Amino acid sequence: MTTHDHEHDHHHHDGGDPGRGEGGPHRHPFQPDLEDGPYSWHMALTDAVADLLLAKGLIGADELRRTLEEIDAKNPALGARLVARAWVDPAFKARLLADVNAAAAELGIDAGGIPIRAVECRPGEHHIVVCTLCSCYPRLLLGAAPDWYKARAYRSRVVREPRAVLAEFGLNLPEEVRVIVHDSTAELRFMVLPERPAGTEGWEEDRLATLVTRDCLIGVARPRAPLA
Amino acid sequence: MSGPRFRPGQPVRVKALYPPGHCRTPFYTRGKRGRILDMVDVEPDPQERAYGRPGLPPVPVWRVVFAQRELWPDYRGSDQDRVVVGIFEPWLEPVEEAP
Repeated sequence: MTTHDHEHDHHHHDGGDPGRGEGGPHRHPFQPDLEDGPYSWHMALTDAVADLLLAKGLIGADELRRTLEEIDAKNPALGARLVARAWVDPAFKARLLADVNAAAAELGIDAGGIPIRAVECRPGEHHIVVCTLCSCYPRLLLGAAPDWYKARAYRSRVVREPRAVLAEFGLNLPEEVRVIVHDSTAELRFMVLPERPAGTEGWEEDRLATLVTRDCLIGVARPRAPLA
Repeated sequence: MSGPRFRPGQPVRVKALYPPGHCRTPFYTRGKRGRILDMVDVEPDPQERAYGRPGLPPVPVWRVVFAQRELWPDYRGSDQDRVVVGIFEPWLEPVEEAP
């Protein structure tokens, strides 16, 4: 490497437009490409298995693509629909609390084969979900987990000092509200069924669903009606 | 195979074992007492499956409710705060009392 890469002042753009990269003979660093990261053992395993399945004709490339597309299309709006229905239909709520996967199927939502439980927030009782061992998450109902959910900081702290963690998310719970943390360590996933916020009397189901965000379904936030 | 060993509300302790290899029992629960909430399911034993074995017959998994102050004696928050954890039955033993 004998180029002048880092020998001169990179921020010295004589006469050029820095925004257009015309300031000199050098180039600014790029955002790294995906392939610039390390190729891990699990990435290699995934690629190898996919290649084998394709090579043996067990699945087609389009089938593989479509499946990935379907998984990636899952998002928290699915969970929000369940919550909104439960808020307006007590019988549905009872079925949701008994069996989330079956209740989701009623609305045409495929929540997958791993059992999901709904944990219900009530006055004086707040629920939060974590997986301290890894990052278990009801992804077929809520989509991909946020990065912070998988981070060691959240996983280790939320079982140890949930109130401090909630406060960092902007949710300050008074002492008289008991906090219940659900650690999804086994083959069971959780979604939070939050309380219906005040000020939403008479709202339609679809409008209610817009209040239920991903973070409400994990339990680090509460749905709030917009200020009138 | 006998039936499920526990009933809801029963006080239990998580065994304070530290076996090598993979298991699904969080360290912070080991040796701690809690109460049975319910039986989740029966599942293949993850400590077997981690080594490519089938883990059969499946093992009951119980949800156990722990008082935060049992888990962390210096816990800051309400005495009523709880953590609920799914524990595989071989890790649980009955005890007389649990907070």
